[in-house]
Amino acid sequence: MSINSPLVAEKSTVNIIMLKVLAALLPAIAVYVYFFGPAILVSITLASATALATEAAVLYLRRYPLRVYLLDGSALVTAWLLALSIPPLAPWWLVVVGTAFAILVAKHLYGGLGNNLFNPAMVGFAALMISFPAHMTHWPAPDVLAQSHWNFAQQMDFMFGGALPAGAKLDAVTMATPLDTLKTQLHLDRTVTEIQSGSIFSILSGKGTEIIALFYLLGGLFLWQQRIISWHIPLSFLGAMFATAGVLHLVDPGQYASPLFHIFAGGTMLGAFFIATDYVTSPTTLLGKLIFGAGIGISAYIIRVFGGYPDGVAFAVLFLNSAVPLIDAYTQPRVFGHAGKWFRGGKE
Amino acid sequence: MRTLYPFHGGVHPVEHKRESTQLGSAIAPLPLHLVIPLRQHGGNPAKPVVSAGDQVLKGQRIGTAEGYISSSVHAPSSGRVVAIEMRPAPHPSGLPDLSIILETDGEERWIERQAVDYRAIDPAGLRQHFQDMGVVGLGGAVFPSHVKLNAGNLETLVINAAECEPYITCDDMLMRERAAEVVQGIRIAQYAMGAREVLIGIEDNKPEAIAAMQIACQGTGFEVVAVPTLYPSGSAKQLIKLLTGKEVPSGGLPTQIGVQCFNVATVYTMHRVVNHGEPVISRLVTLTGNMDEPRNYEVLVGTPVGELVKLARPKADTTGYLMGGPMMGVPLADLSVPVVKASNCIIATSKALFPPLPRAMPCIRCTRCAEACPADLQPQELFWFSRARNFEKAQEYKLFDCIECGCCSYVCPSHIPLVQFYRFAKSEIAEHEKERKAADLARERHEFREFRQEREKQEKAAKHAAKAAEMAAKAAAASGKAGEAAEGGDDAAAAKKAAIQAAIERAKAKKAAVKPQNVDDLPPGAQAKIDEIDERRAQAKETAEQSVAVQKSDKGQGA
Ligand code: SF4
Ligand code: SF4
Repeated sequence: MSINSPLVAEKSTVNIIMLKVLAALLPAIAVYVYFFGPAILVSITLASATALATEAAVLYLRRYPLRVYLLDGSALVTAWLLALSIPPLAPWWLVVVGTAFAILVAKHLYGGLGNNLFNPAMVGFAALMISFPAHMTHWPAPDVLAQSHWNFAQQMDFMFGGALPAGAKLDAVTMATPLDTLKTQLHLDRTVTEIQSGSIFSILSGKGTEIIALFYLLGGLFLWQQRIISWHIPLSFLGAMFATAGVLHLVDPGQYASPLFHIFAGGTMLGAFFIATDYVTSPTTLLGKLIFGAGIGISAYIIRVFGGYPDGVAFAVLFLNSAVPLIDAYTQPRVFGHAGKWFRGGKE
Repeated sequence: MRTLYPFHGGVHPVEHKRESTQLGSAIAPLPLHLVIPLRQHGGNPAKPVVSAGDQVLKGQRIGTAEGYISSSVHAPSSGRVVAIEMRPAPHPSGLPDLSIILETDGEERWIERQAVDYRAIDPAGLRQHFQDMGVVGLGGAVFPSHVKLNAGNLETLVINAAECEPYITCDDMLMRERAAEVVQGIRIAQYAMGAREVLIGIEDNKPEAIAAMQIACQGTGFEVVAVPTLYPSGSAKQLIKLLTGKEVPSGGLPTQIGVQCFNVATVYTMHRVVNHGEPVISRLVTLTGNMDEPRNYEVLVGTPVGELVKLARPKADTTGYLMGGPMMGVPLADLSVPVVKASNCIIATSKALFPPLPRAMPCIRCTRCAEACPADLQPQELFWFSRARNFEKAQEYKLFDCIECGCCSYVCPSHIPLVQFYRFAKSEIAEHEKERKAADLARERHEFREFRQEREKQEKAAKHAAKAAEMAAKAAAASGKAGEAAEGGDDAAAAKKAAIQAAIERAKAKKAAVKPQNVDDLPPGAQAKIDEIDERRAQAKETAEQSVAVQKSDKGQGA
């Protein structure tokens, strides 16, 4: 007679969770296509195929049951997040190399699902950023601003063959992101207001990108409503970035963009709701989540404004990922029937 | 409305309670054979006081409590003891238990039953009476009630009628049908513990029971509190927190915070014991699950489960049976096991009601388990440490505060059997602890033996030295007598000196043997002294060895 109770369980599974995360990204992807064309769909597909193939190969080598692990959906989430983080108008191998690196190195060399210290998508992103910085700047201009319009076939020619349409220049379809623009032009001693009067800027942040960010926010709220993520990380992330940006903006509005601009720019919304909230690489305690989120918000802002990269979300996430074991150990909550408010790794 | 103090976490499994409350409770027929395990309570098993062949009456004590934490067991019906032997028991350990097998005679002849006036006997006497009558916690833990009653001047007496596990409805039916008697039982417990306040916690999915109890409690000052339906509100610690806002200290007792908690069925048996003179020989058992006629039955302790379940007509596709609820129950491998005092429910299982759980996946650190844990633990950390056999860390993260409620396993999207890991870790730690204690004991014994041997050796050596000195003195005296009389006066002194010298040597030898020496870098004088002492000690050792050899040869001669 063995005790194996409880004999009942909730219907939730890992793959239902992952599929809901993917579903929450769909509206933002639709808006992405609306503003920047269908190229992103191609890079998402490429990333997905690469992720599944890499995952399958590794699972096979590690003698894991293929079907359940391939169907858990975690590789797809990594693939989509990476694809959404890099420019869609990049050579095909960029996303393939990044995804394969993410799955192979960041996920499986750390022990596979549930064991990785760093967010795989962000590791993939950082690897590409360091190895191929030039390709990582080919952000498409919103359709309304592009000087010339490539059709889908032309985009594919460029992605897969590196061929530019006759007489076309890459510059005509790509442009610097709002964060990039802000950074470079501030060095030219222009003020934030002057810079933001430029055509790529809009009410909140960048044309097009701000709407995508809004839909990431909506997707995140859906995940929160579905109790897949808690509010702690997104709120502390956005709150800390807003507060940091707000203070500096008040001090010198000519040098520092508004807090609203920052939380709708770059990878902030995607990072706050979809990347920083990755279960495996974030703290498990509520206080830990608050510290973690706030840490990312502040470091991302600092890297973005004072560091060498136009955006800092990915590096901030990786930086705070490395602190997760420590954060967890020092934020263990009080256990029922014990005195005090917290216990630190067992010592009350 | 009373302020409630919600505990953390909890889950809402599908209740399945309506099925077994459609019909009122019925009395299960008397089986031909009853199997009464002597261990039906926490603590020591009872000691049989009948032998095979004895005729017994209904309610007669057949096993008597062994020690303080133990309880008596009684014949559930009249008949003949046919055997006292090991039989499978529905115990979580799965081990068979010594049981008394009773062949019933169908006459149900009672022993003489005597009601007692609980106000007339002192509390200690009442507690003794409960132990003699086999009163134990019927909520599932079956801890002897007289032990729990041994505290006075209580702030709050909590009556646990939450019945939070799915499927189980025996407490619900008890309150619906016998509320007045339950209340009489509560009076007894309140009196015995001097409780100033009585709170009866019932989950709000039992409106009939709440209404019945409210009527029965009128004019008593007892308060019926409807608590939100949330598993595990029926866990004593969680219910106490919910009703009083106080937390039972980790590893401590509720009485430390002025609270005690009894299950509603337990106080009912207190009433039967006190006011009717009936020991605990039956209980309400819910038969439910994959059955055509789920229902509650008043069942005699010892009734084989296999016979009992037929009453509710299990369906053809039944895959097995479960004793207790689906969250904490025990699957029954053997249907010959009897109903015991702990058996509140028997569930017939089927593939439809209990679909096999999906394959376990790695922990993804989603923290749903931590959100669900009513003990405020971090189950994912405990899992990690338990699986890695890092038991020290598991204990540091308060493994032993886990109440094994199963909430974590219930919500885990990876369907990891978390509770099994905790049970494994707990038993491993208990085992290590036992081994460590045994090893400590063995080491202590060994050390003592060595110490004793050493002491004996030294004593012998000293004796020998003294003897040698004596002999030398005698020899000196003899030679003195023979020749130089002038030196005779010094003889006694010489002997004395030799004896003193021997004593000093003994003391030195002892000291040297006990104290580890630090012999490096000593001044030359000290080194010389040590050498001298070492030499003497070596001599003492030699003489000791000789004396042993002599003794041995003496013995050899004597034999
Ligand atoms: S619920 Fe399961 S998967 Fe989630 S953290 Fe707990 S143990 Fe891990
Ligand atoms: S079984 Fe233990 S760890 Fe799991 S929820 Fe219950 S008390 Fe918490």
